[in-house]
Amino acid sequence: MEQLFFYIFSIVAIVSAILVVSVRNPVHSALYLIICFLQVAAMFVLLRSPFLAAVQVFIYVGAVMVLFLFAVMVLDLGKERLKDSMHSQSILGGALAIVLFFIAFYLVYNGDIVAPLGAYTETALMKNTEVIGAALYTKYIYPFEVVSLILLVALVGAITLVMRHKDN
Amino acid sequence: MPDVTTLIEVLLIVIKVVVIAMILFSLPMPLTWLERKVAGHIQVRLGPWRVGPHGILQAVADAIKLMLKEDITPDKADKFLFRLAPLLALVPAFAVFVTIPFGESISIPFIERDVTLYIADMNVGILYILAIAGLGIYGVILGGWASNSKYSLLGALRSSAQMISYEIAISFAAIGVVMIANSLSLVDIVGAQSGSILNWNILYLPVGPVWFAIFLIASLAEINRIPFDLPEDEGTLGAGFHTEYSGMRFSLFMLAEYVAMVTVSILCVLLFFGGWNAPFDMPLPIPPIPAIFWFIGKVSAFIYFFMWLRFTLPRYRYDQLMTLGWKVLIPISLVNILVTGYMRI
Amino acid sequence: MNLASLNINIYSLLPLLMVVGLALFVLVLDFFIPRGGKRALGYVSALGLVCILPFVPMFIETVPSYAGFVIADTYSAFFNVVFLVSSAFAIFISIDYLRRLGSESGEYYYIMLFATAGMMIMASANDLIGLYVGLELMSMSFYILVALRPGKGAEGALKYFVLGAMSSGILLYGISFAYGFSGTTNVNEMAAIVYRLPDNNTYLYLALALIGAGFAFKIAAFPFHVWSPDAYEGAPTPVTALLSVGSKAAAFAVFLRVFAVALPAFHGQWSDMLWVISAATMIFGSVVAIPQKNIIRMLAYSSIAHAGVILMGIVVNSSAGASAVLYYSLVYAFMNVGAFTVAALASRGDGGEQLTDLRGLASRRPWLAFFMALFMVSLAGIPPTAGFMAKFFVLASAVHAGYYWLAVIAVISTAIALFFYARVIFYMYMRDYEGAELPERSLFTCVTYGVVLILTAVGTLALGVYPSAILDIAVRAVGPLFTI
Repeated sequence: MEQLFFYIFSIVAIVSAILVVSVRNPVHSALYLIICFLQVAAMFVLLRSPFLAAVQVFIYVGAVMVLFLFAVMVLDLGKERLKDSMHSQSILGGALAIVLFFIAFYLVYNGDIVAPLGAYTETALMKNTEVIGAALYTKYIYPFEVVSLILLVALVGAITLVMRHKDN
Repeated sequence: MPDVTTLIEVLLIVIKVVVIAMILFSLPMPLTWLERKVAGHIQVRLGPWRVGPHGILQAVADAIKLMLKEDITPDKADKFLFRLAPLLALVPAFAVFVTIPFGESISIPFIERDVTLYIADMNVGILYILAIAGLGIYGVILGGWASNSKYSLLGALRSSAQMISYEIAISFAAIGVVMIANSLSLVDIVGAQSGSILNWNILYLPVGPVWFAIFLIASLAEINRIPFDLPEDEGTLGAGFHTEYSGMRFSLFMLAEYVAMVTVSILCVLLFFGGWNAPFDMPLPIPPIPAIFWFIGKVSAFIYFFMWLRFTLPRYRYDQLMTLGWKVLIPISLVNILVTGYMRI
Repeated sequence: MNLASLNINIYSLLPLLMVVGLALFVLVLDFFIPRGGKRALGYVSALGLVCILPFVPMFIETVPSYAGFVIADTYSAFFNVVFLVSSAFAIFISIDYLRRLGSESGEYYYIMLFATAGMMIMASANDLIGLYVGLELMSMSFYILVALRPGKGAEGALKYFVLGAMSSGILLYGISFAYGFSGTTNVNEMAAIVYRLPDNNTYLYLALALIGAGFAFKIAAFPFHVWSPDAYEGAPTPVTALLSVGSKAAAFAVFLRVFAVALPAFHGQWSDMLWVISAATMIFGSVVAIPQKNIIRMLAYSSIAHAGVILMGIVVNSSAGASAVLYYSLVYAFMNVGAFTVAALASRGDGGEQLTDLRGLASRRPWLAFFMALFMVSLAGIPPTAGFMAKFFVLASAVHAGYYWLAVIAVISTAIALFFYARVIFYMYMRDYEGAELPERSLFTCVTYGVVLILTAVGTLALGVYPSAILDIAVRAVGPLFTI
């Protein structure tokens, strides 16, 4: 049952991901990306991580893609067909992607995952949010704090670049 | 053959979903009537009066009118998205109710089992609500964009900027409540406020009232109600993102808006006003009032409050709206997080 | 998880915390300084970095701290010195450069400091996740810094950003495979697990290839180099100097740490992959640099060729090779920053830095031409400069380990590279000056550039004449990598 759902979600995710890069209208493309993100969120639920699922929906679907659509609408990209600005590279790129995919597939298929499974039991996973919170503030405190620096730089950078443009 | 208990469980969930959906679908009818009545009395006039006693059937007449009206799709519109957008607005508004609790549990005599008054008690309930409610914006954006009209597009742009900005403040307010209750589950959040009125989050001094104010202002902006209904500013934008919609599709947008208002009222009650808990124990020997009535009473009060606001306050200017969000609410939230954290240590 | 097992040790992070603190201090100070006086922030930043420099070797903690995320060993301390030195130089020459460009701003300086902090995080990362966040901090800062040049910056920044984001994705994908393989992201734990397992697990090959590609992008190795000439040309020249020196050194630091400490058991596999990349990068960089008309682009391709040479030291995977990498990074910091300083100074206005601008420089600015010649000689790898010694050590370690063909390719590419370095000297000394007069420099400009040029020149010469002191330190610095 669970596997069935997993395959449904992954097939929809893959199909929508392909559509993201193949449809010509940027708004439709964004819509497919939203569908893809939602499938990923669903997979997080299957992996017993409702917190990550909610965050995935909240941040990627609820915020990032809205800003993306906002930019598309402000720049009025909808009327411009993406294909016009693409050169003949798409065939080469596609071929390269397929080759890479097959190499990756071969390597994954022949390899075996020897890592021990996660240390958490089903009951511990019910407290998913607490587990994540505790890990972030103990084991992962260092990268967690560095990420705050990254966000600070990104924030300052975004404002700086926009304001600079305004001055000119 | 699956055993009977599982079957009943599944059946109960289906029944709950159907009941909630029916209530939500029919709720806008009394609410529109009420809103017009409130408007009328605030503006010293009678409001709807002709259809039925005190115009009570006016909403039914409106519904029939909307259903019978011609459904127009603009020629240059993106047909698929134009038709999809009202549904995208509606589905998240309904999906939120999956995790909203209306009470703890009641026992039903015939099947001899306790039935919980919620569909699912998710352990990330509040996060789920914020995430799903945030998706409602796609109906607005895509509807505005697909209409291929400048008023719609401008309305959609305003709306998306506004909702993104205030989503931050609303999440901060939710984080404040989560910090106080130590849980993301709405049932637990309400449970933490049981006992007496003094345990309600609104009275968690000094941060409770501040969180409530932030939550209230931000959610008003989030559901595009006055004084923040810039996306449908008649004076400058026609009707905003749904300028080109008519008939049934238009009413779906309206339905989503009313449901959102109900959701916000419910959230205010659940997060800050103790949910279904009574404010104090009844000292008299009268039978206690069932929890569900407290809940409905509080929610009704909030719905009335929102209607009252609508006909009392003028509309904000767009830059004022953004200033309020980014330069007032978010800094206050950050400070408040620190204070709440200090108090919870 | 109890707190004691985390090994919270503030001393292991102290130099990093100082740099971050300096950046935040400059950020706040920026609010109080009027528009015209932003250069003061430059002085604060550069002098602050110089003051932090002596603290770096003082805090050596050989035990990983913060749950194994940080390791402040001699190895990371060596790289931290490289970062601080090159960053201080770059900030110092920025002060005048920005003034001429007419875009003085406070953000520039503290984002530069954040980039330095990102490099330090990378050098002391003992965990793939810590490494990745450091890399992101550095890259994010550079995306912004590249865009800060009016006009040309946007194009370079966009190319850098799009390709950089993609390479980060590839790196993360590789890290996820490594995690799936070993169940840990910690470098030491991964090494222990890898040793216990049969070495024909193709799952890890994929991780190796993807992580290698991600790092190769950051060092601008062929075929992941396409972003670098455009980003270098578009960026403000001091940023280019730091980008070519600091960000590359940081990428080499993590390259060496991950491949030599976590995956030595797979040396046979990854050295083959890096062998090819290294050889291709050397040849490609040297050949493509020849037709370049723009001095920054020329230096960009020269930088690609140098990355190929440094990569040899990693392929070898020995103490000698690794110490040669460290030595090369330091030498490269001196000579390349020096070369970019002259390029920044010799360019006229905003017309870009054309090679022809250097014509007849020797007759107008004999000292400037002398310094440039010195740096070119060093970059070409001619004794008695440090560039020669650095190349010598890398080649010696390669020959010693039996990589004869790689050494031969390196020598050939160096010979090709000689051509375009010599052409710069030819332009400066053999051609007559033509065109407009060079703008007069104020005393202030002369002093700031003079200090940087003299220091870099002294470094370039001293390390070439007397390399053993630094090499000894480098050998000791790589000790922790090869003891396990």
